[in-house]
Amino acid sequence: MPLGLLRFGLSKQYAEPRMFRDDCPLRDDYDVVIVGAGGHGLAAAYYLARDYGTTRIAVLEKGYVGGGNTGRNTAIVRANYLTPEGVKFYDESLRLFRQLSQELDYNLFYSERGHFTLAHTEATLRTMHWRAEVNKHLGVDSEVIGPARITRLCPYINLRCGHTPVVGALYHPPGAIVRHDAVAWAYAREADRRGVEIHQRTEVTAIDVRQGRVVGVATNRGYIHTRRLLSAVAGYTPRITSMVGLRTPLVIQPLQACVTEPLKPWLDHVVVSANLHLYVSQSSRGELVMGASLDPYELHSERSTLDFVEGLADHLLDLFPFLSTIKVNRQWAGMSDMTPDFSPIMGKTPVEGFYLDAGWGTWGFKATPVCGTTMAYTLAHDQEPELIRPFRLSRFEQYELVGEKGAASVGH
Amino acid sequence: MKLLKCPVNGWRPLDEFLFGGELRAMPDPGQATDAQWADYVFNRSGEPGIRREWWYHLASGTWFVAEHDTLNDSFLRTYLYHAGAAE
Repeated sequence: MPLGLLRFGLSKQYAEPRMFRDDCPLRDDYDVVIVGAGGHGLAAAYYLARDYGTTRIAVLEKGYVGGGNTGRNTAIVRANYLTPEGVKFYDESLRLFRQLSQELDYNLFYSERGHFTLAHTEATLRTMHWRAEVNKHLGVDSEVIGPARITRLCPYINLRCGHTPVVGALYHPPGAIVRHDAVAWAYAREADRRGVEIHQRTEVTAIDVRQGRVVGVATNRGYIHTRRLLSAVAGYTPRITSMVGLRTPLVIQPLQACVTEPLKPWLDHVVVSANLHLYVSQSSRGELVMGASLDPYELHSERSTLDFVEGLADHLLDLFPFLSTIKVNRQWAGMSDMTPDFSPIMGKTPVEGFYLDAGWGTWGFKATPVCGTTMAYTLAHDQEPELIRPFRLSRFEQYELVGEKGAASVGH
Repeated sequence: MKLLKCPVNGWRPLDEFLFGGELRAMPDPGQATDAQWADYVFNRSGEPGIRREWWYHLASGTWFVAEHDTLNDSFLRTYLYHAGAAE
């Protein structure tokens, strides 16, 4: 054991500077209460404090900072979506991500890798041409490439791929990976510096709504008066919306992921196969980070299964047969809050003062910074900015769905 | 692998089944308002708990109802659908 670690273990003092205060008393009155200290909630708190001078903000978290889906995703960011609404939104997020390490003065290991979505059938290739054209039209760098170029860029992919040969790929050079837990910590630190209070182990037990508007929230540490409440709790959203009597289309399904033991760097790109339900990238520690499609039925649980790793390994070996002796180190699951049109639900709700940042299914991490800026705007002006208006909750009763299904990177 | 009891074929691996969503009562399309109809089409009971769901046994083509606890993933009961089960 390194001596420094031993000294740290025996010391009563915390050796590293804290990222945020952990000893604030919970006051009984805040301007804004944000439920959920994941990337989204903390980003919203940060931009509220930075851009609108709101500092009497409490971020309530029933577990610990970044312990939910912020730390459970596969850390991929990209903007190659299908609908113009989606492409514009995620492209803005990518722009914010690129400068985020500077902005927050914290190394997020933002690493542009290039993102392949492999097509194994003509039908998939057709959708990819569609996506590429929408992307180019909106100034996002995407193109459809053939097998020869895939091999030139990433010679390790076995294009024969069992019985479903690769016929082409959507190539998106700005696709990147980011150290996801650092995103939450950095937002937490900078929000804290601006006066935002982060309360861990503080669970919301009820929301007080009178005459159609939020007036307070009950927690396991006491009652808080507030007139503005943002719910940014991903897989726990239905529990929160049922507290205010709001019905939504959200259903929860687990999404699983795993990492292998660390390997020498060999995979520069992010490789996704829609037909094989697989995405894989190599982290800066050398682990292969992999995920698959959603679990096949609704469940509010972060359990993981053997069926998942078996299926994933099967497909991984079709693409990279030389990985057959590599071991899986860890596996886990997150709860995905799915919407019928594979797009988020953001903005105001019929309950006055209750704002929703939800429906983040399998696309939430890559939207973290842009959710922060747009939800901060929404809370400050009590009105959504143009960019997120397509994602309002009322789009369902108005039958104006966004239809992002074709762009989910694997068949969710 | 997890097992699920098909009311016709007994205990079978979960692989052989398809999830068909929550069992819900359809409002009368002739009587429902636009808001009621949109609520039926889109909104779901997303919160955790015990509820009735549609499941399909792929190998035998059997649709049936399962009482499923969506918090701890246990199946309490499965039975064939009978009219009025959604109420």
